[in-house]
Amino acid sequence: MPEVTAQMTSARELTDQRQGGVIRQNQLVSEDAWQVVRRDEDSNLPSYRQPALLPLAEWQSLVAAGEGSDHLAPWLASDTELTPELGEALADAPLLGVDFPNFNDGRGYTIARLMRERFGYQGEIRAIGDVLVDQLHYMSRCGISAFALRDDQYVEDALHALSSFSVSYQTSVDQKTPLFARR
Amino acid sequence: MYRYDTYDQTLVDERVAQFKDQMDRYLAGRLGDEEFRPLRLQNGLYIQRHAPMLRIAIPYGMLSAVQLRAMAAISRRYDRSYGHFTTRQNLQLNWPKLEDVPAILAELAQVEMHAIQTSGNCIRNTTTDQFAGIAEDETVDPRPWCELIRQWSTLHPEFAYLPRKFKIAVTGASADRAAIQVHDIGIRLNRADDGSVKATILAGGGLGRTPMVGDIVREDLDWQHLLTYLDAIVRVYNQWGRRDNKYKARIKILVKALGVEEFRRRVEEEWAHLKDGPETLTDSAVTKATSYFPEPVRREVSAEAIEAYETLRRENRVFARFVTNNVVGHKVPGYKAVTLSLKRRELAPGDVTADQMDAVADLAEQYGFGELRVTHEQNLVLSDVPVDELETLWKALEELGMANPTVGTLADMICCPGGDFCALANAKSIPIAQALQDRFEDLDFLYDLGPLDLNISGCMNACGHHHVGNIGILGVDKKGQEFYQVSLGGRSDDNATLGKILGPSFNAEDMPNVIDKVLQVYVEQRLEDEVFVDTYHRIGMKPFKERVYA
Repeated sequence: MPEVTAQMTSARELTDQRQGGVIRQNQLVSEDAWQVVRRDEDSNLPSYRQPALLPLAEWQSLVAAGEGSDHLAPWLASDTELTPELGEALADAPLLGVDFPNFNDGRGYTIARLMRERFGYQGEIRAIGDVLVDQLHYMSRCGISAFALRDDQYVEDALHALSSFSVSYQTSVDQKTPLFARR
Repeated sequence: MYRYDTYDQTLVDERVAQFKDQMDRYLAGRLGDEEFRPLRLQNGLYIQRHAPMLRIAIPYGMLSAVQLRAMAAISRRYDRSYGHFTTRQNLQLNWPKLEDVPAILAELAQVEMHAIQTSGNCIRNTTTDQFAGIAEDETVDPRPWCELIRQWSTLHPEFAYLPRKFKIAVTGASADRAAIQVHDIGIRLNRADDGSVKATILAGGGLGRTPMVGDIVREDLDWQHLLTYLDAIVRVYNQWGRRDNKYKARIKILVKALGVEEFRRRVEEEWAHLKDGPETLTDSAVTKATSYFPEPVRREVSAEAIEAYETLRRENRVFARFVTNNVVGHKVPGYKAVTLSLKRRELAPGDVTADQMDAVADLAEQYGFGELRVTHEQNLVLSDVPVDELETLWKALEELGMANPTVGTLADMICCPGGDFCALANAKSIPIAQALQDRFEDLDFLYDLGPLDLNISGCMNACGHHHVGNIGILGVDKKGQEFYQVSLGGRSDDNATLGKILGPSFNAEDMPNVIDKVLQVYVEQRLEDEVFVDTYHRIGMKPFKERVYA
């Protein structure tokens, strides 16, 4: 960090509230049992006792084998190609993870929008991976409804960031009418 | 020009508050350098060689006198009392303090300005023809469309983390002064027989490390579909553009890798879902946007006044050469557009002092309805000057040092800030520009050479657009030493072409001699009125190469 002589007063007090956790509907979720499982497709399929977000291919195999359940859900890698077949197959998932392998990887925004707007997915879409405070506003606009914050992120900052803007120009999942039609 | 309503103002104010909070967290150490980086870039803030640099957006180059005065005040309070106009029609401050930037942004917001998306891997400031709205060859005024694109692209939630930066340029005239063929997306607006606006959409052009001319993706797109079509293109790019290598991440690489046919197929497939959706433009949206760009209330300029101007032009040689070079025609008889040259030896190309900004703001109010434009050649334009006021304006510009009658000549160089300021640069560019200006200052010689674009970039990011200069100069670094590579034959007009490299690079001291030899070949070989770039394309590289490396 460069040397600076900070003279500015903060608009809000920055406190040391807890870091990490899952945020949904503008609050920290107190109990969340979903575990994100990241591993290669070829490993042996275990039995899952608690809710798990699985790599897409793994989840698909379980569903194909008739072993899908309410506590198993897929997560989508950022390079997932959302074909119409896949988009529709995901309608049955109890939860959908969208992975951000790096916060600079913007593909998840498109994936989330397509799932909401093109495939009509109604359930929770949860951002996982490199999920940082300053991307939450855009994620939320694109239809992501829950955020599994990276462990070092401050919950108070996240809640603050989600209320940064009261105006937007374009349509998205949260706004079906562009500003030019609302002025 | 466009004025904010409460929505625009609220959004910009909220953006200022957001960035202040981000800066607070950065300074408090709870936001790391890496995480802060895209946030500051998308607010125009670079960390540079000597100090941070702040790039302020001037949407499609339109600026009011009030805004220019505010920038003068900001440059005095927070910087070293000058600013630098860029090839993207923006203004850069080279010496702000990091912790002052939120306060600068707050001051900008008070005059309806911001630095949103002037950098970073997002949709950047849309650029256009500096003579938009007044050009004789214009069929569609691009400014309302640029404003609609500005709004659509501002804080677009899906496209803030693209593989790489993304630039859009729009023209509505028959001569392309916006270089649309070397942009990620180029838009050419025209009118169908029934008067309705149609758009031709190009994609995959760009300069930088791998310069390319864009391909036509769609012709005759109905105006209603402009934004949904842009959404489709950028969405395809966001999904498929390369992210593994930043040098192969621009859309041009994707278009080339897929081939334009396959790229178009994907765009059209995506667009089929978006077409006629909520982002489809309406008559009322376009009418509203157009209402911000009314014809100014121009007083009548009498036939006698026009005649007096023509007489003065015939009789005063110095005035005449100013008019010939720095004044262009206007769609309204009796009016002209005047280019204020920011290419003078005392200052780096595109630099303006705070006092000059104030003076130019006064001139804009006196002669130009309080508005001015920034050109991608790094000059300023007063777009509505009655011919009977040209002489007094010219004299005022002489005093300001902005009447150099060299617009469009070799002396009107495009030049990036280069290694004197920019952390990316491999080599200095401003001293090269100054050395060339010193060497080729004789006006008769410059006029004899005729129209000639000489563009200088300090590195292959190509901010100085060297690939499309008739003569392009690129700074390169070899084992820590600065060298300069020369290319010939580039052009950014309707026949956009990328220059070809002359040969091995040169030392800085040799550059005036090298350019002199190139010019000698042209002068010897040209046919009658043939301009430099046409001679080059007729005779090829060989004669130039033989002379320079003899």
